[in-house]
Amino acid sequence: MATGLTLKELSKKEDLFTHGHRMCAGCGAPTIVKMALMATEYPVIAANATGCLEVSSCISEYTAWKIPWIHTAFENAAATLSGVETMYRSLKKQGKIDKEVKFIAFGGDGGTYDIGFQSLSGAMERGHDMIYICYDNGAYMNTGIQRSSATPLGADTTTCPAGSCVPGKLRPRKNLTKIMAEHNIPFAAQASPSHWMDLMKKVKKAHEMPGAKFINIISPCNRGWRSKTNDAITLARTAVNTCYWPLYEIENGVTKITFTPKEKLPVVDFLKPQGRFKHLFEQGNEWLLKAMQEEVDREWAKLQAAEKCGC
Amino acid sequence: MAKVVAVTGNEAVANALRQVNPDVCGIYPITPQTDMMQRYASFISNGKVDTEAILVESEHSSMSACIGASAAGGRVVTATSSQGLALMWEMLHIASGDRLPIIMPVVNRALSAPLNIHGDHSDAMGARDTGWIQIWSENGQEAYDNTIQAFRIGEHMDIRLPVMVCMDGFIISHSIERLEYLEDAAVKDFVGPFKNLFPLLDLEKPKSYGPLILTDLYHEYKRAQHEVMMKVKDVVLDVAKDFEKLSGRKYGLFEAYRLEDADIAVVILNSAAGTTKDVVDELRDKGVKAGLLKPRLFRPFPYEEMAEALKNTKAVCVMDRSDSFGGYGPLFMEVSSALYQMKNRPALINKIYGLGGRDYLPSHGEMVFNELAEIAAGGKIRACKEYIGVRE
Repeated sequence: MATGLTLKELSKKEDLFTHGHRMCAGCGAPTIVKMALMATEYPVIAANATGCLEVSSCISEYTAWKIPWIHTAFENAAATLSGVETMYRSLKKQGKIDKEVKFIAFGGDGGTYDIGFQSLSGAMERGHDMIYICYDNGAYMNTGIQRSSATPLGADTTTCPAGSCVPGKLRPRKNLTKIMAEHNIPFAAQASPSHWMDLMKKVKKAHEMPGAKFINIISPCNRGWRSKTNDAITLARTAVNTCYWPLYEIENGVTKITFTPKEKLPVVDFLKPQGRFKHLFEQGNEWLLKAMQEEVDREWAKLQAAEKCGC
Repeated sequence: MAKVVAVTGNEAVANALRQVNPDVCGIYPITPQTDMMQRYASFISNGKVDTEAILVESEHSSMSACIGASAAGGRVVTATSSQGLALMWEMLHIASGDRLPIIMPVVNRALSAPLNIHGDHSDAMGARDTGWIQIWSENGQEAYDNTIQAFRIGEHMDIRLPVMVCMDGFIISHSIERLEYLEDAAVKDFVGPFKNLFPLLDLEKPKSYGPLILTDLYHEYKRAQHEVMMKVKDVVLDVAKDFEKLSGRKYGLFEAYRLEDADIAVVILNSAAGTTKDVVDELRDKGVKAGLLKPRLFRPFPYEEMAEALKNTKAVCVMDRSDSFGGYGPLFMEVSSALYQMKNRPALINKIYGLGGRDYLPSHGEMVFNELAEIAAGGKIRACKEYIGVRE
């Protein structure tokens, strides 16, 4: 199906995730959802894990979703959507439905990296025809900024607060995008709302490939990141330009970096504007900044090597 | 015409599901249910059904996927036991809260710890308050018949609730019994085509399932769930009437066995009711007015009807194959609530039996009836709650 991913064409499209939702001002998630839903012409059915996006977008008799939408619980958006998709397949096989329908699950990092990890892994392994989009803001933001396995090294959260003895989170993030790619799914990718064309192209491409697809999207959260309300897109761009959040895709096992920064910025450029990393710039915590830069460099080098070797 | 077969409870229920031919089935192994879904998977692999299976990675995902599939619009089944049902617990509430008529055979098994794979009722009793309709079955025939009727009950347009069909692990699931199968076409006709209500797959009219509802409407929402439950009894009886025409087998809200003129009675669920009926017969031969009440519909619980059925008894023992530690057995609590509303109520005692598959023998039943006879004759109640068949 022809989709013009140009601003001109996109400006004519209806928002399928509308105004009236109650997400915080400056949250990255609604922008990501809008972009993802705009990226295809196919009818889409969405599932949503419990979290900020879910509790703020469908309350009592109001909904911001103009498409069929289902939320059941926190840890099971992938399993729930796999049920919806299986019913669709069953009815299609029996000749009871003939439309082409696409399926997207949205979950935050808590619902995806942590409590929903098994359910996601199961759905990816089974190969349901769906995209799972994680909007990764690096902590349990809905319950008030608790540490998740997506929380970056050194970050101050309410369950690993930076104190006089413990300088925030002491473990690096889990590399979920790679773990999902290792499920031998046709498409796993990372995207950022700062690079909207790249994001939408990935969603569009994923929809057109049969099977289970996973897209991890960085989603700035000014409440949890302790950053300025109007900085979401700027911070997402800095995450990309520092290679903290590289943009890449793994299509049928082949890695491709979809955006290489002209100049790879030091990771401190990403950390400095965020209050959750404030303590890293205090005396005695230099080692954490160093460890953070080393982690980013190491992962970026591995990614470049993977692209180079065609794996 | 009906076909007489010799099959296990698991095989019988798997066949009932095959005859209904649901659109989606969640499959995950757990003893003693495993064998049922294995058989169903073989029906799928051999083209006997149109069902799409979801071979999930846990029971939690099984129920989650069943909820998604049912909301999408179509007929959905799964089956489980014990820890599997416990793992589903969170999702059971969501299936009923979303009013999705998922049908689930539950092969009753004890809960860990200690680990035990044998039959007792702790699993389904733990799911008592999840908003599911619960139908209990004495033997393979009842499990088969109840499974077929469950579709008509849960999918009824005035009801739209999920249904658990319970049968005893191993004792029924793995024992071969004489059974009558209905014809495939007769079952298909009896159950009828699935009627959709607010399917997600209706793209023209998008639906939202699972909104956030706080203090403004949650209370009303939950009351509505109770109100719909209160309509279930009539539907169960109507469906039973139709089923009797088809099969010749009669079902009600419970079975009253030689209860009409009984002075003493036992209330007991599932397979142990069969054993106890033999004891009742023997006592009747001796001139003792013994009777039995075997609940079939446990949720919603037929309080008034049960009180009416027990009104002429002098002493009743409610026997529970599960426990509420520090409280009475769950069946006892229901029967006692039912009887409390009566002016002249029988003396009531509670026995816990058969946990973790401990044998329940006719001698246990005899012992209970002897105690009831003493109580009925004016004897004192020794203890309201006691364990029987227990090593000291």
